[in-house]
Amino acid sequence: MFKCYDSPMSQHHVVARFEIAYRACLDDDGKPIGALPEFVEDGELLRRMYRMMVRARAFDAKAVNLQRTGKLGTYPSCLGHEAAHVGVGAAMRPEDVLFTVYREIGTKFWRGVGLLDILLYWGGDERGTLYERTPQDFPFCVPIGSQMAHAAGAALAMQIRGEPRCALAFIGDGGTSQGAFYEAINLAGVKALPLVCVIVNNRWAISVPVTAQSAAQTLAQKAVAAGIPALQVDGNDVLVVYEAVAEALARARSGGGPTVIEALTYRLSDHTTSDDATRYRSAQEVEAARRVEPIARMRNFLSARGLWDGAAEEALRRECSDEIETAVQQYLSTPKQSTDAMFDYLYAQLPPTLRAQREEARRYAAPGH
Amino acid sequence: MAKMTMVEAINMAHAWEMARDPSVVVLGEDVGINGGVFRATVGLQQRFGKQRVQDTPLAEGLIAGTAVGLAAQGLRPVAEIQFMGFIYPALDQIASHMARLRNRTRGRLTCPLVMRMPHGGGIHAPEHHSESLEALLCHHPGLQVVCPSSPARAYGLLLAAIRSPDPVLFLEPVRLYRFARQEVADDGQALPLGRCFVLREGSDLTLVTWGAMTVDSLKAAEQLAAEGVSCEVLDVGTLSPIDFDAILDSVVKTGRLVVVHEAARNCGVGAEIAATVAEHALYDLLAPIRRVTGYDTIMPLYRLEHDYIPGVARIVDAVRAAMAE
Repeated sequence: MFKCYDSPMSQHHVVARFEIAYRACLDDDGKPIGALPEFVEDGELLRRMYRMMVRARAFDAKAVNLQRTGKLGTYPSCLGHEAAHVGVGAAMRPEDVLFTVYREIGTKFWRGVGLLDILLYWGGDERGTLYERTPQDFPFCVPIGSQMAHAAGAALAMQIRGEPRCALAFIGDGGTSQGAFYEAINLAGVKALPLVCVIVNNRWAISVPVTAQSAAQTLAQKAVAAGIPALQVDGNDVLVVYEAVAEALARARSGGGPTVIEALTYRLSDHTTSDDATRYRSAQEVEAARRVEPIARMRNFLSARGLWDGAAEEALRRECSDEIETAVQQYLSTPKQSTDAMFDYLYAQLPPTLRAQREEARRYAAPGH
Repeated sequence: MAKMTMVEAINMAHAWEMARDPSVVVLGEDVGINGGVFRATVGLQQRFGKQRVQDTPLAEGLIAGTAVGLAAQGLRPVAEIQFMGFIYPALDQIASHMARLRNRTRGRLTCPLVMRMPHGGGIHAPEHHSESLEALLCHHPGLQVVCPSSPARAYGLLLAAIRSPDPVLFLEPVRLYRFARQEVADDGQALPLGRCFVLREGSDLTLVTWGAMTVDSLKAAEQLAAEGVSCEVLDVGTLSPIDFDAILDSVVKTGRLVVVHEAARNCGVGAEIAATVAEHALYDLLAPIRRVTGYDTIMPLYRLEHDYIPGVARIVDAVRAAMAE
């Protein structure tokens, strides 16, 4: 230890170096950059990922529309993040546990969370976190960065029990400024936890650009200080996201410890429906980002390989539209919870001191939907 | 039965429950080979192994958030925060997640965990090591805040806390860690959460208190008995959710209330108790409610700490004043 102080070689020498690799499979137009990973032979997997990206985007547009017409609360659009989100979902196993921020509907949909769940949650109803098909996944995490510690804790539980499972945590570029991010990857490194952290660097934390968030050349390199392998990938390339996350999960599952993956993408939408991004960024910048968005390039790739055509596209759009319409109707016709719902899930059993308040809430229950 | 200190009883409760329930794990700073700075976890790592008793990096927010993740995965973490004055970085996890996870998932994910921490002053500790911050925690629905006042109650309440389906913040009065030895049966019997303990029965006035202030309150009651004043002393035990029925029953019986706590007065738990008694039992009162508390000042460095912490004299005077109304 502390070789730098007592080395006989020289008074000043380098004691640590690092490099961060960048990986991509497809160029901006969806053409392979080099040799593609083996899994691209699985045409059905590629189509599933594409379909899920389209589904997420179609749902997203509908959700924004519902908010604009007063039928949904504030909603954070995922426009432009579809590859980063869906690639992660596809790489995970059902028994892994997902910890998100609040934008990752592509990952949640892949894991079986329903459209109705997402609508209920942003529509102000806690029942949108029930996640019947993925019962261990955490709900959205609004306090930025705090989900990292939960993911580390879940990974620690898996390690203690010797289970071949992983925790996967998303975080944003802004989130990597939080102490919870450093604390969690530090723990993951020191205990070699089965944790994969995906930083979705969409360049903007509301109005603060990533250049004002950190002076680091990459966000991935923050993991170096925690002793964790890290890499950067093209987050608009679903193939490389899938490949990098699958590799990291496989390593974590076999006891090889955590990985941090920085996925470079761009938030094409406002931060949320309450935000107006024209106040702080130029139309030219957004337009340039739109030209490299993830869905068109994946469609180009699939078409070039003969895995997709116009008829398939049309059928998919129709299918998404029908599914979304059904979910919206269910959402709009779901009655609000009774006032008891405020009290019934505070504790396993309602403390006696709260009974009178539950009664009071019943008496003064607000009318309406 | 063995006579033991509170810190030994706390250690014994850990050991009992870890032997009984393999899902119980211990985490915190220095809880492993060192056995915790107060030795509350001494010997546990040797007995139960390094997987079940883990030292963490030095980050309280991480300890709290990791405990949330462990608990949601079905383990029962018992996490130690080294001193209550260091709870602030953990408050985001405690308030935003630990307290809310059951509610925000409609019961799908839960947090059966315990966060233990030394509470209060009186042991000549450095700055930030003597704080009484229970009010910060009691303000958050979804949490249980427990403060034992004897070795036996520490043993029984800690067992109950570890077995509870919901998170418990377990505040251990440092002044009582090695204050007195008491016979404690190592029988795995939990004491009830959410109940007051009657430490002394009386008919003229109710002293409501908790933690280390129970000792001073009992001394005051003893002294006042010699003056012919009969005090009932209630140890609140669980500060949230609080057992108001027991407090109200006692106050209705005696007609007078003095609340005693070490924490600062402003927005303290004593204010909630006084307000609740005023709402429900004002016409049973024979005298105004009084509070004997720490001052609304910064907890001083230790040369003044016994000037800050309420002592027997202040309690006796408050009781006398209430009796004189």
